[in-house]
Amino acid sequence: MSPDIAWLIVRATGQTLHMVSVAALIGSLIGIPLGVFLATSGRGELFHAPITNRVLGAIVNATRSTPFIILVVAIIPFTRMVAGTSIGTTAAIVPLTVATIPFVARLVESAIREVDPGLIETARAMGASPFQIVWKVLLAEARPGITLALTLTVVSLIGYSAMVGAVGGGGLGDLGIRYGYQRFMPDIMLAVVVVLIVLVQLVQSAGDRLARQFDKRARPR
Amino acid sequence: MNMTPTNFAAAEAVAQDAIVRFEAVSKRFPASRASGEVVALDGIDLDAARGSISAIIGRSGAGKSTLIRLVNGLEKPSTGKVIVDGTDIAPLGERALRSARREIGMIFQHFNLLSSRTVFDNAALPLEIAGVPRKEIEARVTPLLDLVGLADKRNRYPSELSGGQKQRVGIARALATRPKLLLSDEATSALDPETTLSVLALLRKINKELGLTIILITHEMEVVKSIADHVAVIEKGRIVESGTTFDVFTRPQHETTRALLAGIPGMTLPEFVQSRITQQPTPDSETVLRIVFTGTHATDPVLSRLSKDLGLEVNILGGAVDEIAGRPFGTLIVSFKGDDAKVAETRAFLTALGLTTEVLGHVA
Repeated sequence: MSPDIAWLIVRATGQTLHMVSVAALIGSLIGIPLGVFLATSGRGELFHAPITNRVLGAIVNATRSTPFIILVVAIIPFTRMVAGTSIGTTAAIVPLTVATIPFVARLVESAIREVDPGLIETARAMGASPFQIVWKVLLAEARPGITLALTLTVVSLIGYSAMVGAVGGGGLGDLGIRYGYQRFMPDIMLAVVVVLIVLVQLVQSAGDRLARQFDKRARPR
Repeated sequence: MNMTPTNFAAAEAVAQDAIVRFEAVSKRFPASRASGEVVALDGIDLDAARGSISAIIGRSGAGKSTLIRLVNGLEKPSTGKVIVDGTDIAPLGERALRSARREIGMIFQHFNLLSSRTVFDNAALPLEIAGVPRKEIEARVTPLLDLVGLADKRNRYPSELSGGQKQRVGIARALATRPKLLLSDEATSALDPETTLSVLALLRKINKELGLTIILITHEMEVVKSIADHVAVIEKGRIVESGTTFDVFTRPQHETTRALLAGIPGMTLPEFVQSRITQQPTPDSETVLRIVFTGTHATDPVLSRLSKDLGLEVNILGGAVDEIAGRPFGTLIVSFKGDDAKVAETRAFLTALGLTTEVLGHVA
């Protein structure tokens, strides 16, 4: 492998990591609270707001059912507004983040719903405020589930990031398409695939380990 | 402070010392897609005396869960008042309710511990919620873990504990804010009989040593029998019988009470008698009599006196000697031959000895 090709792969890996980490960070910062709200605002729940709940749920579903490559193109005006440009790695972060938010929200919602409702009642009986219940009970108890949800999010983002070559986002996927496929360079294709597999493995095993550490529920030791 | 004037009638003085009082409380759940309107509670009047252990017993669906949740405002009554230590809970707003709840501890059937917190941190949770500084939390939780016998488990997680230990954590947690009242929602129903007894003993100890009022709901008469001073029987949202545990157990009036007592030895007839019993005597039948011994008479040699003094030949069909709310109590179900006059004479003889009798029927 020539130094040029090695440099291409290193640079593409850096772009992928950049896009994935920023999108995952911002997506989680917005997606986790949204997920908590979706899980607690149904009829008769902690933050009873059934109509808002339904509207947000519909928006989340709409975003999730749009194929990512379509989303990338469809929100170009929004991307230009936020990033100042619609082309390049920074611009690619915008659609990645937009896709991440509802993804995280749904996963966090289901992790929160796994928490025994008896614990909410118990906390209410102690005189806890709704925010204390979210912070000290729901998020604390759902921590293993949320950790796994975020792990899945990062893994999916690595996959999504392969598509942002369409708007000049760069990254490993883009490298694979342009060099590996269009210029027919199988060694680059192989290298891209190997790096992606290693990345996903690292993320998944780190996430699993962290979730296990957080999980104090009964399990055979 | 409220001073009770000395000229108050005794009954009023007692009523004044109710820490919880339900006044004409009803609770209706509005009709939903699944069912029509449900009347969970209907015209409840009930007092729980300060410093006592009061039990509310009923079958599942009788309304007891709703009733106990009214005390800390987890449910709101549709009508009526729920007065806790002088304050009507029902109209309180969320903020006032939250501070009221900090003075009421609660323990649950399924313990409801946070799996992500250690024993210590579980017990500390109500104090964190109340904003108590960490140093003081340490000083308050440590003696509580000693009290419930879990000092050596403070850094364990709930998944490493047995059911009884989990409920002890639940009790420590409920006591952390030094409440004036402890609510127990079927706290021993998920425990085996032996563990149940040890948890009940702990509750009794807390009641005695801390003077804490306990209100518990249960469907198990054994629980009521071993710790409650007072008991109210609830059926279809109404209180059908209430009184001291001893009175209710020894002289149950309502059919529901009798049915709930059926599991207690000596309360019901053995099956082989039950199937043959008739209300009308036949020429050759024997009279079946229940004799109830209470207090100091529980251990008297009554049977030998029946045969010696009255010349009766007595068959024993069933019986038990037990302790209810700390008082000895025995029942004996016997049958003997004799006409109405003989039966009347026997009952008068037993009554004179301070025993209670009841004719259950006749067997051929």
